[in-house]
Amino acid sequence: MSLRVFLVDDHAMFRAGVRAELGAHVEVVGEASTVAEAVGRIAATTPDVVLLDVHMPDGGGRAVLEAMRKSHPQVRFLALSVSDAAEDVIGLIRAGARGYVTKTISPDELAAAIRRVAEGDAVFSPRLAGFVLDAFAARPDAPVADPELDQLTNREREVLRLLARGYAYKEIAKELFISIKTVETHVSNVLRKLQMSNRYELSRWAADRRLV
Amino acid sequence: MDTARQPRRLFRARDHRVVAGVASGLARHLRVSPLAVRAAFVILLGFNGLGLMLYAGFWAVLPYERVTGEPRRRDVAQLVPFIAIGAGLILLQVLVLGQNASVTSTAGWLVAIVAVGAGIIWHESTPERRRQWTEALPRFPWLGTFLEESDRRLFLFRFIGGGLLVAVGVIGMVAVYVPAENSEAVVNGMLFAGLGLAGVAVVAAPVLWRTMSQLRAEREGRIRETERAELAAMVHDQVLHTLALIQRNADDVKAVQRLARGQERSLRNWLYKPTASPTERFAAALEEAAAEVEDTYAIAVEVVVVGDRDTDERVAALVMAAREALVNAARHAGVATVSLYAEVEPDQLSVFVRDRGEGFDMESVEENRHGVRGSILGRMGRHGGRAEIRSEVGDGTEVRLFLPMERDAVTAGRER
Repeated sequence: MSLRVFLVDDHAMFRAGVRAELGAHVEVVGEASTVAEAVGRIAATTPDVVLLDVHMPDGGGRAVLEAMRKSHPQVRFLALSVSDAAEDVIGLIRAGARGYVTKTISPDELAAAIRRVAEGDAVFSPRLAGFVLDAFAARPDAPVADPELDQLTNREREVLRLLARGYAYKEIAKELFISIKTVETHVSNVLRKLQMSNRYELSRWAADRRLV
Repeated sequence: MDTARQPRRLFRARDHRVVAGVASGLARHLRVSPLAVRAAFVILLGFNGLGLMLYAGFWAVLPYERVTGEPRRRDVAQLVPFIAIGAGLILLQVLVLGQNASVTSTAGWLVAIVAVGAGIIWHESTPERRRQWTEALPRFPWLGTFLEESDRRLFLFRFIGGGLLVAVGVIGMVAVYVPAENSEAVVNGMLFAGLGLAGVAVVAAPVLWRTMSQLRAEREGRIRETERAELAAMVHDQVLHTLALIQRNADDVKAVQRLARGQERSLRNWLYKPTASPTERFAAALEEAAAEVEDTYAIAVEVVVVGDRDTDERVAALVMAAREALVNAARHAGVATVSLYAEVEPDQLSVFVRDRGEGFDMESVEENRHGVRGSILGRMGRHGGRAEIRSEVGDGTEVRLFLPMERDAVTAGRER
C-alpha cells in the first residue's frame, strides 16, 4: 500500500514539481494553496503525511497545524520550506510538525523522509539538529521547570551532534554501536522534548538571537 | 488621507457662497436648507452678536472644500475672520460692560490683539501654507527653504511667541485693573484673560493635531519608501544580475548551480541573518570560509554552527584549517555536498568537515603533499589543538578539529 500524501504550498509550480517527483514513490491525494483550503481538504481526505509550506499569505503552515492537530492526531506533518531560519524551523516543530526539510532536498531523500514520518519517526536535517542543540545548550543560570523533560540526555545529544555532522541514521547507529531503531527512538524523544519543553528556555533562546 | 478616514468632513462651500461659504457648507453637512442656516445666524445675531461670533469662528477654523486636482492656493481671506473675532470681542465688552468703558476698552484691545495674533500664528503655521511660501516667492527660494527646512524650530518659535503674547495680555490686564482696586473689574480681567487663553487653546489644538499627524504620516511614508528602495536596489544588484547570468550560461550546469547557490546564500543572509563581521565572530568567519569554497569549487557546503564566540589568533587558525579541509573535500572527494559542523563548548571548539566522497588512505598520501600535513595537522598542532582524519575508501572522509579553550574566554564571547 503506498503512502497517501497531501501538498500544501501557495506556489502551483512547486506543487506540480513535487507531485511529478514523488509520483513514483507515493500517492498524492490532494493539494491546497491556502490555509482555509488546506484545513478543509485535509479533513476530507485524511492523508498519512501532509507536506506543509511554512510561509503562506494567510498565516502559513503553523495555522494549518494548529487547526488540524487536535481534530486529526493521526495525520502527520512534515514541513517543507525554502526558509531555514531558526524561528521558522523551531516554531513549526513546536507546533507539532514531525520533521523539517528544506526545498533543496533531493526527491529520493524527500520520499525517504515522508516514509520515516509516516512510520512515526522524526526527520531531522543537520541544520535542525544544530538549532535544537543550540536551544538546549546548557545554561547554568536558567531555571529549569521540569528537569526530566527539559534536558536532553547525553545519548540524545550525541545523536544530534552526529546528525548535525551530516551522518545518516545508519551511520549514527554504527558509530554509537546501537541499532537504527534506537537512533530513531532517541530522535523521536528529542522531538517530543522540543514540543513540550518549557517555554521559558526556548523564548530566552529566541531572544538571545534577536528572533522575537 | 483625511478624506479616507473621515468621509463626511465639514468644509466651507466653494460654490453657492455669499460671504465665505460657512452657511452653505454647514447646510450641506447637516443636510438642511442653506436658507435656514443663514436665518439661524441672523437670529443669533440678536443675542449680543452671537451669530457674528459663530460665523467668524466657523470661518476661521473650517478649511475650504478641496477641489481635487486644483493646486492649493494661499488663502489670505482667511485672516479676515480673526480680525472679525477681535472686533466682535471689543463689541461684546462695550455692550456688556459699557458703564466701565475707559478701563474695559484697554483690556478689550489687549484681548483683541491676543485673538488676532493667535489667528495669524494659526494661519501661517499649517504646513501647506509654509510650502506655499516657496511657490509664492520664486525669486527668494532661500527664504522658502528656510521656512520649510526649519519648520520644527519655527513652529516652536511661533508657539513661544503666542504664549508670550497671551502672557503679555494677562499681565497687562492685571496691571490695568489692580490699581483701580475694583474687585469686579479684577474678576472681569481674569474672565477676559481666560477667554484669551481659551481662544489660543482652540486655535492651537487643531494646528498641533494637524502638524503631528502630518509629521507622522510623512515619517511613515519615508520609512516605507526607504525600505522599498533598499529592497529594489538589492533585487536589482543581485537577483536580476544573477538571473541574467544564468540565462546566458544556461548550458553550463555547473556555472548555473554556482550562480544559483551564491545568490541563494546572499538572499538568505539578507533576509534572515543579523550581520556579523567575520573578523570578529567565529560563526561568521566559518560561514565566510564556506561561502568562498562554495563559490570557488561549485559545491554546496551545509554549515551548522552551535554557539558562537569572539575570534583570536588561535580561533582564526582553526577556521583556516577548516577551510583547507573544505577545499580538500571539494577538490578530491568528487561530491556535490560537504557538511561543516562546528560547536562552541565551554572548554573547547570543535569543527567537523564530512563528505561522502571517494575517501583516501592516509598512508598513501605522499610526503611532499602539504595540504593535509601542513595546513591541517601541523597548523592545529602549532596552536595547541589537534586534528583527526578518518577516511575509508568508498565511505568518505571526516576531518575532526579540536581546539581547547579557557572557560572565561568562551563565556565572555557568549554574552557579547
